[in-house]
Amino acid sequence: MAINPDFVGKAFPPSDPYEVSRVKLAEFADAIGDHNPVYRDRSAAQEAGFPDVIAPPTFPIVISMASSARALAEPGLNVNYAMVVHGEQRFEYARPLRAGDVVTAQVTISDIRDVGRNSLMTTTTQISTVDGEHVCTAYSTLVERGGAA
Amino acid sequence: MSGQVSYDDVESGAQLAAVNYPITRLSLVKYCGASGDFNVIHWNERIAKSVGLPDVIAHGMFTMAQAGRFVTDWAGPMAMVVEFGVRFSSPVVVPDTDEGATITLSGTVEEKLEDNEVALELTAKSGDAKVLTRARAVVRLP
Repeated sequence: MAINPDFVGKAFPPSDPYEVSRVKLAEFADAIGDHNPVYRDRSAAQEAGFPDVIAPPTFPIVISMASSARALAEPGLNVNYAMVVHGEQRFEYARPLRAGDVVTAQVTISDIRDVGRNSLMTTTTQISTVDGEHVCTAYSTLVERGGAA
Repeated sequence: MSGQVSYDDVESGAQLAAVNYPITRLSLVKYCGASGDFNVIHWNERIAKSVGLPDVIAHGMFTMAQAGRFVTDWAGPMAMVVEFGVRFSSPVVVPDTDEGATITLSGTVEEKLEDNEVALELTAKSGDAKVLTRARAVVRLP
């Protein structure tokens, strides 16, 4: 069954606040094999002009994915998660996320369409601090293989 | 890790030397934990094959992270990534061997933009497969 296109435009309320921690950033940098000191050493980050350790460019996915997962679980959307693969991903950054940031993610389903046998869903997630500073926008396209067959 | 690249030193059309990034089943297990993405196709061969995949495949975001690392290592610590996008065109298949798989990143300076920004076009391959297409990053350089 195809992903239900009636959900295009659906905006979800902002997530609970997520606090970016030094330990998490170092763990994520280790997991992607990136040894850059600006992700784990505060003085190296300060030398590069940041107040604290920063996040690798793909780290915002950890925050946006939790929100997308919420969208995927929406009753009536008809997504078979075992058949889902990631199709496209794009980020626009106002600045890097950094340790100490407390942010929320607000996800909107921006597009649903069928391409051949597959169903595609694009979400747009705004990541902002709880003080209202916009940090990053994440655009994710998920593909349900065979969803349109 | 490279030194610092400055905007004035960058020329449009310049090539970024290729770098190989290894990826094993352990990489995927660690990435599952660090990212919170525990989709079974990234760690369970039986289920991966049952849904029509050749074997366990890497998280697309793991591959994108290697591309990000390639960009930030090239650009240096004073650079800032402004935009970064990819299309996942083919999965990175990770066999259950000590060597695992390799992702090879290379790139070109596509264009020098205003405000000290530079657009990079990236290529990511694993074996013969092009695993990312439309892979592009914009970085602001000092």
